[in-house]
Amino acid sequence: MTTADLHVIPRGVSLWQDAWTRLRKNKLAMAGLVFLLLVTLLCLLTPWLVAYGYEQQDLRLGAVPPSADHWLGTDTFGRDQLTRILYGGRMSLAVGFIATAVALLIGVTYGAIAGYAGGRIDNAMMRLVDMLYALPFMIFIILLMVVFGRNLLLLFLAIGAVEWLTMARIVRGQILSLRQQEFVEAAVSLGLGPVAIVWRHLIPNALGPVIVYTTLTIPNVMLLEALLSFLGLGVQAPAASWGLLISSGVETMEEYPWLLIFPGLTLTLSLFALNFLGDGLRDALDPRTAKD
Amino acid sequence: MALLDVTDLKVHFHTRNGVVPAVDGISFRVEAGKTLAIIGESGSGKSIACYSLVGLIPKPPGRIEDGCALFEGQDLLTLSEAQLRKVRGKGISIIFQDPMTSLNPYMTIGEQLIEPLQLHFSMSRRDAWQKGIQTLEEVGIQNAERRMHAYPFEFSGGMRQRVVIAMALVAEPQLIIADEPTTALDVTVQAQILKLLRDLQQRRNIGVIFISHDLSVVADIADNICVMQDGRFVEQGERMAIFQTPQHEYTRKLLAAVPAGAKRPVSHSPEPLITITDLYTQFYGNRGGPAVKAVDGISLQINRHEILGLVGESGSGKSTLGRSILRLLQPCSGSIRFDGRELVHLSAAELKPLRRRMQMIFQDPYSSLNPRMTVYDTLAEPLLLHGVVDRKGLDTAVFELMDAVGLARANVLRYPHEFSGGQRQRIAIGRAIGTKPEFIVADEPVSALDVTIQAQILDLLLDLVARFNLSMLFISHDLAVVRYLADRIVVMKAGKLVESGTTHDMFTSPQQPYTQALLAAIPGRVLRDLDDSPL
Amino acid sequence: MWRFTVLRVLQAIPVILTVITLTFFLIRAAPGGPFSSEKAVSPQVQAALEARYRLDQPILQQYFSYLADLAHGDLGPTFRYPGRTVDELIVDGLPITAELGFYALMIALVLGVTAGVVASLKPNTLQDYVPMGAAMVGICMPSFLLGPLLVLVFGIWLQWLPVSGWGSTPGDKLLPSITLGAMYAGYIARLSRAGMLEVLSQDYLRTARAKGLPEYVVILKHALRGGLFPVVSYLGPAFAYLLSGSFVVETIFQIPGLGRFYIQAAFNRDYTMILGTTVFLATLIVVFNLLSDIAATWLNPRLRYQYK
Repeated sequence: MTTADLHVIPRGVSLWQDAWTRLRKNKLAMAGLVFLLLVTLLCLLTPWLVAYGYEQQDLRLGAVPPSADHWLGTDTFGRDQLTRILYGGRMSLAVGFIATAVALLIGVTYGAIAGYAGGRIDNAMMRLVDMLYALPFMIFIILLMVVFGRNLLLLFLAIGAVEWLTMARIVRGQILSLRQQEFVEAAVSLGLGPVAIVWRHLIPNALGPVIVYTTLTIPNVMLLEALLSFLGLGVQAPAASWGLLISSGVETMEEYPWLLIFPGLTLTLSLFALNFLGDGLRDALDPRTAKD
Repeated sequence: MALLDVTDLKVHFHTRNGVVPAVDGISFRVEAGKTLAIIGESGSGKSIACYSLVGLIPKPPGRIEDGCALFEGQDLLTLSEAQLRKVRGKGISIIFQDPMTSLNPYMTIGEQLIEPLQLHFSMSRRDAWQKGIQTLEEVGIQNAERRMHAYPFEFSGGMRQRVVIAMALVAEPQLIIADEPTTALDVTVQAQILKLLRDLQQRRNIGVIFISHDLSVVADIADNICVMQDGRFVEQGERMAIFQTPQHEYTRKLLAAVPAGAKRPVSHSPEPLITITDLYTQFYGNRGGPAVKAVDGISLQINRHEILGLVGESGSGKSTLGRSILRLLQPCSGSIRFDGRELVHLSAAELKPLRRRMQMIFQDPYSSLNPRMTVYDTLAEPLLLHGVVDRKGLDTAVFELMDAVGLARANVLRYPHEFSGGQRQRIAIGRAIGTKPEFIVADEPVSALDVTIQAQILDLLLDLVARFNLSMLFISHDLAVVRYLADRIVVMKAGKLVESGTTHDMFTSPQQPYTQALLAAIPGRVLRDLDDSPL
Repeated sequence: MWRFTVLRVLQAIPVILTVITLTFFLIRAAPGGPFSSEKAVSPQVQAALEARYRLDQPILQQYFSYLADLAHGDLGPTFRYPGRTVDELIVDGLPITAELGFYALMIALVLGVTAGVVASLKPNTLQDYVPMGAAMVGICMPSFLLGPLLVLVFGIWLQWLPVSGWGSTPGDKLLPSITLGAMYAGYIARLSRAGMLEVLSQDYLRTARAKGLPEYVVILKHALRGGLFPVVSYLGPAFAYLLSGSFVVETIFQIPGLGRFYIQAAFNRDYTMILGTTVFLATLIVVFNLLSDIAATWLNPRLRYQYK
């Protein structure tokens, strides 16, 4: 067989391909993925899709149940619920993705450095993480929100600051266990420099749990934001977020239950989708059940 | 009257991909006071056959299709689960392979030991506890009374296996199934456990089914042998008959795979390539414990074109020594000279050009390859790194490497998980010889492989050493393998060098007691006596 | 184990100090003061109030006086309810929150462990999907959604249970406890299932069966010990989550517990109240994490031996 025959040589099935195949077979996870893509798409395109503005009031109309004009009904100010839920989605998803991205960035960097450096540096870094872990963050976030007002940027940072700890721990754990794998030693004995080792050997093999955990962090973040908004400490009216919508829905839930049910349903379904997807990814990427 | 009489046992697994006949019609007999050995490589179905006798196979996919197993007047295969439970532990006991994982880490061994007694004989806790202590003493555990309160992790591997044996014996079974009971143990410990089993068998007149992949282990203790392949017995008979006149081709292949005989001594004037003087490498103990001197003042010499065998049991520091030479671990003091150059204090940059001249082959074929790189990537990496070939010549070079190690070229774009253990090891070897090094450290490269594959890889290594004029440090705990491969041998224990000499001298007249003990512990004397080699 | 315990306790002290310090300076940094939302008062009254609450002193001095008071267990007077101290309010609210937390934890443990263990015994069958599906609902439906929904269905539509209060009407403790516990029941269910699955594939269970032990003994005596381990480790953080969760539940159900006081204090900028409650709650959380940590280490024989 010569070089010319390279294109007819059967290509192997990489672990990523194997994982994707297994993920595809997981119906719940795929349903979650589709749902998420749909919702994200809708929320992104909202300004061009909706018939009403999210602030547009129609006081004569008041609150009406779902109808042809207003698919999900209106609230006491006559604002179209569908529109507000979609705008709320923009906010909630934005917080979810951005705060998670913040946590990801800080956590991965921190954890990778600690894991690769090892020894005393690792010890010191992890000691700090342990201390921070013990702080009751929930209380501090509430405090921060109260003290500094409802600054959206602060919200993102605060939530991200809570989640990076676990991410750092996971990444560090992965890197530590990878460093003991013999193929990393082999890379060293070949004479590869640290950059090449980290880039070509460590990171591709550490990505799995990072991806899984990221997917599972997003719903946690969204819950946190919804919670804060519900308590009145997060996003403020007239802007919308799902937490806020639920909170106002609770106030009038006896007379107008749809104001509570629809935002609640959307939030719950999105969280379902994210969790199922995260679980599916975890199963698909699990090396123990991988093709062996 | 046979203790156990099995006829035409068939166990099939009904999986999503079809029916797998794991055990396809085997018949055998076990007598009281005698040992029946079932030999086979992994996947032969030997363990499943025995577990199915007491219904310990996973039932949904597995099903006993046919057969009859007479034990104490009952056909085991027709018993209900409740009836089988009465047999398990009391009539038939099992000793499992890995003592590390077969004991419950959250319970004291006393608690685990008395369970069969409380269950089968309704003994009171106090009586059962006493019996437990007696049984521990019988298997050779000192301070038995105190040890009953200990947890499994407080024991060493050999001790743990004794506990497992005690647990199997405590309810006085007639038959014991020993599933590779010594595979996870050091050579000297293995010898002790085998002796223990033999003594117990004779004293209690128990029948034993000994499952193994290693012919040399059963060679000394089996009365009858069955050779199993793909769910069937290809041959069975009395021990000496099998060894002296094997009928089936597979049996002959297994016998041939046992590394026998010694390498013909090659005479050439020894020219040192690597000189190690007073090397110390230490690890820090867990959580501030005392530092462990893994390499405790070693001085030795490796000559050009020779294979030096480094022998030791687990914890001897042999792997640490190998890694220290390659600077994968940093020695604390001492000197390593490679072709005249001092290695110990070189910086990474200074080391790099030297690295292409010395390489390593690792033990575990499953973790020594990056699972996300194809064969091509793995083999090409060192070639590109050290500029052995340019991009244009890369493909040819990779293909030539694959030829040299016996891999089909068509597999060049596959990933490690698509290969078997032996093939993965070939890839690892290919990676090591790519830069045409002068020296290779081979750290137990065949320990994780089946016997027949082992033989192939050993021959491959010999061939490569001859062809490329390599020097090699071959690390192993298996003396038979080392004798087959090495020109000179060095024995290590607890970080120190115990003895060194030519292979011939070491095996014919070992000087140190530890070396003598190691040699005495090599199983399969019978096979060696049959072998025509002068050693 | 003593060395370990002492070490952990010593490590906890700087954490608590950090909490106190951070909170103290954080609150002082907030724009506006405790009285800024009140009707405008004359400067003399303002000065008198400030003197009374020590607001006229330099900030560092306030800090150290506060620390000194803390050492005596004096958390200071509240601003909002003149004449009452923070200690009193905490003493009022704590038992209620504790009771709520306790019931919620019990619900979470009982439901969660049962669901998780049952699911792990027959993975990927209906016996697995149903409990884990319920667990997922618990996790994905936040308490501020579940609570109102339960109230809507059981309190308003069916009129079976009261809508608010604690201890005033019979049965009014049920809905809040379920609301708070549901999410953690979900997490615990998943943790126990994962832990059990891990153990169920271990060799030592095969050894237990080979001894002739019936299956239920194998599961209850051998598997549970290792399998429920993750749940024990989770209890410490769970306590913190329960506490934060109580904020919401108490608000929804109008329960006069510590959580609701805290939220109100936060809104009202009641300095001492916020400070006192934060310090108290944070200390409680740190202590609980400590206990959970020690318990988890003690239960694992290998770790216990290592630290002996």
